[in-house]
Amino acid sequence: MNAPNAKPAASLVARDDESALVSAAKGGDVDAFQELVTRYERKIYRLALNITQNREDAEDAMQDAFLKAYQHLNGFEGGSRFYTWLVRIAVNEALMKLRKRRPNQVSLDEPVTTEEESFPREIQDWGPTPEQRFARVELNEILTGAVSDLDPAYRVAFLLRDVEELSTEETARLLGISVPAVKSRLLRARLKLRQKLNPYFRSTTS
Amino acid sequence: MNCRGVIEELSSYFDDDLDPQVAADLERHLHGCKKCRVIVDTTRKTIEIYCNAEPVPLPEDVRERLHKALRERLGQKAS
Repeated sequence: MNAPNAKPAASLVARDDESALVSAAKGGDVDAFQELVTRYERKIYRLALNITQNREDAEDAMQDAFLKAYQHLNGFEGGSRFYTWLVRIAVNEALMKLRKRRPNQVSLDEPVTTEEESFPREIQDWGPTPEQRFARVELNEILTGAVSDLDPAYRVAFLLRDVEELSTEETARLLGISVPAVKSRLLRARLKLRQKLNPYFRSTTS
Repeated sequence: MNCRGVIEELSSYFDDDLDPQVAADLERHLHGCKKCRVIVDTTRKTIEIYCNAEPVPLPEDVRERLHKALRERLGQKAS
């Protein structure tokens, strides 16, 4: 294979100055834009993979998100962080892939959950640093596995609020649901994840 | 407030989105209920673990395809 070197050429703009990179990219500096992409590609890929649960869709969603971001860069006014702006685009792309691939299976509507289902069972303490019991790769597998088991509606609400740290209002806007619906889904998602992580993290001594 | 009330208000409690009176009721319950304290601690820990998790590296082939697509579609200038 004679693929060209994927590493973008060094930009003339200082690496630590994000707003300068954004300005340069707005002016058509592709190197500056690629520098921004390099900064956030891992997080955007993780987000897309967590939402779509499919590697091919995640890759497409990530590519489309970065292309769209470049095309609409002039719409970014700098009032929020560039990353937050990028997340909005990526979430929309990932949700489109999710709905397209499994229109009949994947509903982002609120699943029917009885109060009993989400009420915590198995109540054991975890000790101060449960995540230190596992190597990073293993921990990532545990976390990804638990998230992928959630209903898509819960999964997406959790990812946007607790992983990407978007506001409740922003999450509601992106998902086209009400603020109370976001809160309800977030609560169920957090409780279900706690339950799923419990077997890995619970204290062995008590 | 009883145990079920604590669970229903848990998210709002974490997000600092509770009426101060309700938050005080909840904390009073926690003071006397070990089960609820464990639920609160482990749920908070769940959020922290996800929030702090480092993303795994982007697979190199995925990364290469991304930057190749960007160069092609965005019209890379000569460098």
